[in-house]
Amino acid sequence: MMYAVLCYNNEEMVCGWSKEQDDAVMAALSTVHDKWETAGKLKPSIRLLPTSAATTLHKQKDLVVDGPYAETKEALLGFYIIDVDNLEEGLTFARELGRANPGGAYELRPIQLYLPGSPIAGAYATDRGYAGEKAK
Amino acid sequence: MIEPGWIEAALTASRPQAVAALLRYFRDLDAAEEAYQEACLRALKNWTINGPPRDPTAWLIMVGRNAALDQVRKRSRQAPMPDEAQVSDLEDVETPMAERLDDSQYRDDVLRLMFICCHPDLPATQQIPLALRIVSGLSVKQIARAFLVSEAAMEQRITRAKAKVAEAGVAFETPGPVERSERLGVVMQMVYLVFNEGYSAGPKDDARAELADEAIRLGRLLLRMFQAEPEVMGLLALMLLQHSRNAARFDASGEAVLLEDQDRSKWRASLIQEGLALIDKAMRHRKTGAYLVQAAIAALHARARTFEETDWSGIDALYATLERLQPSPVVTLNRAVAVSKTKGPQAALDMIEPLSDRLSGYFHFHGARGGLLLMLGKSREARESFDRAIALANTAAEAAHIRMHIDRLIAESERAKQA
Repeated sequence: MMYAVLCYNNEEMVCGWSKEQDDAVMAALSTVHDKWETAGKLKPSIRLLPTSAATTLHKQKDLVVDGPYAETKEALLGFYIIDVDNLEEGLTFARELGRANPGGAYELRPIQLYLPGSPIAGAYATDRGYAGEKAK
Repeated sequence: MIEPGWIEAALTASRPQAVAALLRYFRDLDAAEEAYQEACLRALKNWTINGPPRDPTAWLIMVGRNAALDQVRKRSRQAPMPDEAQVSDLEDVETPMAERLDDSQYRDDVLRLMFICCHPDLPATQQIPLALRIVSGLSVKQIARAFLVSEAAMEQRITRAKAKVAEAGVAFETPGPVERSERLGVVMQMVYLVFNEGYSAGPKDDARAELADEAIRLGRLLLRMFQAEPEVMGLLALMLLQHSRNAARFDASGEAVLLEDQDRSKWRASLIQEGLALIDKAMRHRKTGAYLVQAAIAALHARARTFEETDWSGIDALYATLERLQPSPVVTLNRAVAVSKTKGPQAALDMIEPLSDRLSGYFHFHGARGGLLLMLGKSREARESFDRAIALANTAAEAAHIRMHIDRLIAESERAKQA
């Protein structure tokens, strides 16, 4: 089973860390990362920039607003990683998705750190159960 | 078990909002600060035992307010005549928690708290210490160290500033849109002043250098409250991009390193990324402002992998915009540096000659002029400019900086002569 582990914390606090504090936390985390990556169980990990850098596209109204997606009625259902030239191109991608799947919103949050982790085996690349059933 | 470090960080992060909300209740800076201090003391005890609350800021406001109320009640029991004004101000104390946590209220509270610190009657030398004390919560000792004055002198400076602020009186009504945007402009300026205090610190002046981090923290706070303001994005981006070069700005012996000689691998990538992302976002608004343009200039430097790859014509165009938004001989002087790279030293020199009256006492003017003259092979005139620059240097670091610049330009011109 694959899990996405979503990291939550007090943003004002984390953004207020000095470089030394930040480095210390990252060093402590990296020993955990190393252990799980060596075991082949840690896949990509991502550190996002603060919510102040986020932009949100509300799909139905095609409304672009600054800041993170703040509604609590809707839940985080998945995410994409894209490598684009700028925010505008990112929004173009999000709009195309929105036409294919209307409703809700996409928050575009710049990535600060991307660690690829250990390779993902083929079976995991698609939904496992679905791929398994097809194979039968 | 909750870590003491976590509590300390959470208290620091919550401070501006908590003190700002308490100020709205008590309408007195000292009372708000005292209430916050009391809440912090209780947090240290309570959070260690019970774990952190879900919303530390709300917890601190609630507890701070109740603690201060207890004090008032105790005093009023001892004194036969309760202070009417004080009691009536505290009437809204029983209002439910929900009201207090309204984000837009937080926004006006924090903006008011910051705005109080940059009252026009206060000179910058008082604004910055007051903001650092009240908004950031640095100790008087820390601030005194940053400004290289004694603790007693700084204490006095802050007390005087507080008295002036109290005398001037500050509106506690919710500001209208025009007033809000005026306040925001003044507050942004103050935050940038704090940043520049830190940025202009020497390599060994850690206490002052930390002010740059503090200003970035304040900038992030402002942006969280004004998420759709491109100028706030610009201000934060500008500070992040300038700060990203920090580790490369001085060499091992503490001498300033020119932008063109800096080891760009020492620039902090995470700060650059955040700055670039903010500019990208701000540009969508198609509304130029002075901070955003300056950030865009810093971004062109940040994007260049080597000094040679710098997009000088882009920088020239941005400075032209800045000249329009904020006409100043210093901006024109900076633009001339970009022009010298794209159109040559003569064009740049023609641009700055008309500034010679207004900038006759500005050391960068003579430094830049000398450099251009040297490029044109006018060594004698160049020397004259350099000598005036050295005479006008404000600090030893500035003198050393221009000296290094001069020495190299002279060496270069000699190499050119030999070739």
